[in-house]
Amino acid sequence: MALDSAAFDASPPARRGRNVRSLREAGLIAIIVVIFVAMTFASPYFLTWANMRAMLLSFAIDGIVVVGMTILLIVGGIDLSVGSVVCLSMAVAGYLFLAGFNPWIASLLGIGAAALVGVCIAFCVTVVGLTYFIASLAFMVIARGASMVITQGTPLSLYSLPESFKFVGQGVVGGVPFVILIFVFVAIVFDVLMRRAVAFRRIFYTGSNEQAAAYSGISVSKVKFAVTVLCSTMAGLAGVIYMARFGAATPTFGVGMELNIIAAAVIGGASLEGGVGSVLGAVLGIGLLSTVSSSLILLNVSVYWQDMIRGFILLGAVTIDYLLNRSRA
Amino acid sequence: MSDEIVLRIRGLSKSFGPVKALTDVDFDLRREEIHALVGENGAGKSTLMNIIDGIIRPDSGEILIDGRPVTLSSPSQAQALGIGFVHQEIALCPDISVAENMMMAATALNPALFMDYRAIRLKAEAAMGQLTPIPVGAIVGSLPISQQQLVEIGKALTLDCRILILDEPTASLSERETVALFAIMQRLKRQGISIIYISHRMAEIFGNCDRVTVLRDGRYVGTEDVASTTPDRLVARMVGRELGALFPPKMAGPPGPDVLTVNGLSGDRFTDVSFRVRRGEILGMAGLVGAGRSEIVKAACGLYPRSAGAVSLLGEDFPVGSYHDAVDKGVVYLSENRKREGVFLDLSIAANISALDVGRVATRFGLLDRRKEDSIASELARRVRLKVARLSNPVSTLSGGNQQKVAIAKMLSISPRLIFLDEPTRGVDVGAKSEIHRILRGLAEDGVGIVAISSEFPELIGLCDRVVVVHEGRIAGEVAGDALTEENLIRLASGIAGPARQAA
Repeated sequence: MALDSAAFDASPPARRGRNVRSLREAGLIAIIVVIFVAMTFASPYFLTWANMRAMLLSFAIDGIVVVGMTILLIVGGIDLSVGSVVCLSMAVAGYLFLAGFNPWIASLLGIGAAALVGVCIAFCVTVVGLTYFIASLAFMVIARGASMVITQGTPLSLYSLPESFKFVGQGVVGGVPFVILIFVFVAIVFDVLMRRAVAFRRIFYTGSNEQAAAYSGISVSKVKFAVTVLCSTMAGLAGVIYMARFGAATPTFGVGMELNIIAAAVIGGASLEGGVGSVLGAVLGIGLLSTVSSSLILLNVSVYWQDMIRGFILLGAVTIDYLLNRSRA
Repeated sequence: MSDEIVLRIRGLSKSFGPVKALTDVDFDLRREEIHALVGENGAGKSTLMNIIDGIIRPDSGEILIDGRPVTLSSPSQAQALGIGFVHQEIALCPDISVAENMMMAATALNPALFMDYRAIRLKAEAAMGQLTPIPVGAIVGSLPISQQQLVEIGKALTLDCRILILDEPTASLSERETVALFAIMQRLKRQGISIIYISHRMAEIFGNCDRVTVLRDGRYVGTEDVASTTPDRLVARMVGRELGALFPPKMAGPPGPDVLTVNGLSGDRFTDVSFRVRRGEILGMAGLVGAGRSEIVKAACGLYPRSAGAVSLLGEDFPVGSYHDAVDKGVVYLSENRKREGVFLDLSIAANISALDVGRVATRFGLLDRRKEDSIASELARRVRLKVARLSNPVSTLSGGNQQKVAIAKMLSISPRLIFLDEPTRGVDVGAKSEIHRILRGLAEDGVGIVAISSEFPELIGLCDRVVVVHEGRIAGEVAGDALTEENLIRLASGIAGPARQAA
């Protein structure tokens, strides 16, 4: 027997949350569609398989890192070291391969090195009590330095990688680059997990209100630890895929990547405060940035404008986010 | 209400260092009763509830549930034993839906791999269906606070509790919502749930509760049937203590002309507030937490929006656009939230004191004149009797009492005409408390208007010449002279009609 609803204030329409988030995702799709339409008129090369494939390729591998970063942002963390970690895993794997290891084992160890960085950052944050910003900033530098040491400052040439391995980075399956298939697989798996798996829902709870989550019996430090390691591991995975793609391990690879990754995640709806975000949003976020990048190239816009434009897109997305959320109770 | 005892507490004691929060407390909760727990701030209510909820452990004593002794070592364990606690502060995840929030504890313990959203929704709807029609798919952050409070209650219900503790649940509810909440509590009672209800609000207790227990200074005073006692008797038992602290002598002669006059002030949390502060007197402002005192005072000096009303300072109209204007005219506000709004913890004492009027310590070219800053700071520090080694020490190194003195010194740096103080001695040790009282009295004698919001009745009675009492955003009454007693203050603050005697 429900109570007379007149006794309580009428609940205002939900001004934030699920409505807004799907609004965000729909909005991103709409913007991408608009750009597609505009570009189709602006350049005859835009709506071609070659261009579509190139666009997808340009963000597929980074997209794997964005997925991991988005999940970390949802829990309320951030990782500035991903660019360095991508490079570190590439360097470790490349070095071990040249030292005689099987390339698959070498890759596993490379990813392991990336995961180790994640463990260190997670330790600093959950045990020592440092902020994510500081801890990941420190390891950004440490990991970069480690790559330098391993490669002795010069790119490692891995032309002797077996074809089976190089296929991962360069192969094509039914007209679709394998790399894109990996990315789509990763994105779908994590999107489903984030929406449907109990363990992953805890990531949202922890990010939204750590105190409330703790009161409900969730081990907040375990959740944060796991997600931090996940993010670094994804970066590691991206690193070895890049290695397979380029057949080389370059110590300067990925410098500045973290900003791009974080920008894409935020544009996709993840908030730096935690508690909100989605893998789909992440994909759309990086998709939008890549579409804009590719379009600018096709329009013969000087490549120097790319950064500025990307920066303004990020500013716009974050401002809209802020204005929409100002009504949060 | 049956006679069967669901929860029994015997001889519970708890100390935090030298402070004895609870001494030998007994408490009985019968099945299907609504049992009120009353006591002033510091009486021990929160400590007792935290022990029952497994958040802290008692030093001695025993707790029996259904006759069996239990050790409550964590909130999860308390939940497992059927104890549900609705805290005063809201502990919900704002970005998550109502349904998920309500089932969060269950989800955490759930061995299942995948979320069963349908089951969660159904269970949440079942629980909320007993309470109120809030759509369980709504995102918590978008709901008003009163509804969030109801979600908290719903959350406790999903845990299948038999003992429900509500800590000041009506603090953010309107009267209508409170009435509805009590209907819900009655229904829960009929379903076999026993409720402990912590509150100050006499009307609610006498309208809805079966029995009431009084705690005072960490001790158990007594338990009575609500039907066989009266608010007056209850208040007398809550208070019964001597005013130990020494206060400076009150205002000698008659008060002077008005320093500040407030007429018909209205805003978001208050309506039609009128009061005046006269030269030479200290005006106190009493009321329950959430009554709106801070908002009224903040509105009078431009920190909070107002929709109607007029304020005049020393006879002149005082239209305040912003707090900056108020400070220019000599009206300052000292916040109750010292650490966040009162002092700059990492800056030096001298820098803190000059913060309000940095212009005074600047040289002609806009640079900071350190020597001037130091001399003004030491002069003011002397006035507030701040004893420190060096004024260059950061404020964070000072005790609460000394930090408060720094905040007051900051106020004094602009030679104010009126100071609003919000809980001036909260978190301050006895010695510094006494000194701050003396400082305030000295300022009042010098002609500075002083308005002190306080929740400590001894302070209001000992320090203030007159006290205006706020109840739910309105002035419930004014007491002074002989009528300035704790009983009268509590009565007015709790909304009981009129004090017994009221001096003009």
